[in-house]
Amino acid sequence: MTAGDKQAPLLDRRDERVKHESGIGGTIRAFFDRVRAGDLGSLPVVVGLAIIWTVFQTLNPIFLSPNNLVNLLFDCSTVGVIALGIVCILMVGEIDLSVGSVSGFASALVGVLWVNNGWPVVPAILAAIAVGGAIGFLYAVLFNRFGMPSFVSTLAGLLAVLGLQLYILGSTGSINLPYGSPVVNFGQMLVMPDFVSYGLAALAGIVTFAAGYRTARRREAAGLSSRSLGGLLFQAVVITAVLEAVVFYLNQDRGVPWMFGLFVGLVVAMNYALKRTKWGRSMTAVGGNREAARRAGINVRFIYTSAFMLCSMLAAAGGVLAAARLASASQQAGTGDVNLNAIAAAVIGGTSLFGGRGSAYSALLGIIVIQSIASGLTLLDLSSSLRYMITGGVLAIAVIVDSLARRSRVSHGRA
Amino acid sequence: MSDIADEPAPMREPVLSLRGISKHFGAVSALTDIDLDVHAGEVVALVGDNGAGKSTLVKILAGAHQPSSGTIAFQGRQVTLPDPSAALRLGIATVFQDLALCENLDVVANIFLGRELSPVRLDEVSMEIRAWTLLNELSARIPSVREPVASLSGGQRQTVAIARSLLLEPQVILLDEPTAALGVAQTAEVLNLIERVRDRGLGVVMISHNMEDVRAVADRIVVLRLGRNNGIFTPDASNQELVSAITGASDNSVSRRAGRRSAVAGRNPEAHP
Repeated sequence: MTAGDKQAPLLDRRDERVKHESGIGGTIRAFFDRVRAGDLGSLPVVVGLAIIWTVFQTLNPIFLSPNNLVNLLFDCSTVGVIALGIVCILMVGEIDLSVGSVSGFASALVGVLWVNNGWPVVPAILAAIAVGGAIGFLYAVLFNRFGMPSFVSTLAGLLAVLGLQLYILGSTGSINLPYGSPVVNFGQMLVMPDFVSYGLAALAGIVTFAAGYRTARRREAAGLSSRSLGGLLFQAVVITAVLEAVVFYLNQDRGVPWMFGLFVGLVVAMNYALKRTKWGRSMTAVGGNREAARRAGINVRFIYTSAFMLCSMLAAAGGVLAAARLASASQQAGTGDVNLNAIAAAVIGGTSLFGGRGSAYSALLGIIVIQSIASGLTLLDLSSSLRYMITGGVLAIAVIVDSLARRSRVSHGRA
Repeated sequence: MSDIADEPAPMREPVLSLRGISKHFGAVSALTDIDLDVHAGEVVALVGDNGAGKSTLVKILAGAHQPSSGTIAFQGRQVTLPDPSAALRLGIATVFQDLALCENLDVVANIFLGRELSPVRLDEVSMEIRAWTLLNELSARIPSVREPVASLSGGQRQTVAIARSLLLEPQVILLDEPTAALGVAQTAEVLNLIERVRDRGLGVVMISHNMEDVRAVADRIVVLRLGRNNGIFTPDASNQELVSAITGASDNSVSRRAGRRSAVAGRNPEAHP
């Protein structure tokens, strides 16, 4: 957008009818235009989080203490991984209501295989995740071959898998995982050494800059508009500074949990898969217009199958993490609000219930909101009755925002 | 692209040639003994009333239906089109009436949908360059290829759909009702686009109900009636001739009006508007 303007117009800037914002003021104006047109991105969740944190911090000063935030990150990771699976299934415009049951069943399976039957722990975990995949495959077959709506098949699965969980746990009803085992340590205590967490925070900025710089150079060489070096540097510096500040604050207490690191790693991997691979493009296309995707030669059935299986496998993985966090596999695992929290996290984070629109980061942002509410209400010593009502209210607000934004996008031609 | 744009001799072999194509659906004969030739650099308009068999014929050419009998020759060779991808591989691209675009994806993603470059690490820069090159060759006016298709007008969407069909460098492109549901300016835009596609040396088959549009761009007008060939016309054929070929009736409101006009205008048989 620099020297090229004067001589030949850039390849993507030849249409003089279109206004192209440039500079920092232009970027800000473009941002407000986008928001007004209903392209909210992660704005509602950031605003919501700011409000929630302010309210809870004024009600209880412990809320934002490093110790509580580290606990918050431990708790986020389990349901967050499940919410990541929900993002997958929502992308193709379907739903899985049985993720809670699948996660509970997976935790029970690990308990039975590892503690009761003496399997080594890693095969037990892999078996639990594989069984999750098999459940997802079953949903996909019901959906692809029999046209069974995912809403119904997974509702049936919710009950059936819960039954399986109770069955394999037997009369004891609960299996304690041994304290001091690596799995329980991972779920309860293990945190990154300081240099690792600082290093990873810096790496995020470096990778963002390197990838952005490489793209900018290629676009420039090809005669397309490209981002300026200053803008890229600014972005990278801001990202690094914010992350380092967060890490510094958390390191005042125990530090960043490895389990949260695993969750963020999964989110980053999923984001890459959804945004930068043909598979992810196909997922978005199927969620947006199934018939168009089919005619473009996309194997629609395979895409649905992969979405259902990934969702159930991530639910199973989340269940294993939850078992590690609680050091037990019980009849209560995966019941109650797990299901709804996972779905709410994905939707609050900005993944649309209507398919074809969303991002892996919505699982991360959404689960932080949900867990902040849960943690704040627990600190206030409120009963779970109030917690359920408030979480339900937040979910309702999130869906209303999603629907209104969608309507605004349609009227602004951005649907 | 320049290699296929070479000016061909006036009387040359058709790129696509149908002989005696019939299609039965049970007891119904949708098409009977259809002949159709399409030359490179030529726009053939396929007109006919509802149920005349236009869509069936296009679906056969797109590989979606199999003919019950008859032969299809592509560039002089006899071919079969068992499925849509076979037609695409040969070089017959189809733009259906409902366009089949994903409104939540941007223009580049739609043009390359199902044919993305480097599947595990999408090459967005190369795809964007190719998209702009295609659109510029068509002199298309698309504000930004990074906006979702939902933000485009009907004519621009048609442009994107046509650009997508040109991605595989086809020899023949089939357009099903490309101007239906478009405004005046957008229709003109799409008709210009069709001319530019023809000027690239492609054979264009265009289905339309609108005689004005057909006359504006077509080099030949093929009329189907009740699943049979019912005449081939040039664009300067009168409305009356076309309508009577389409409807099969010489007595209808168009011919009556033409008759009144010619009576008023003295003995002028031309009912040209």
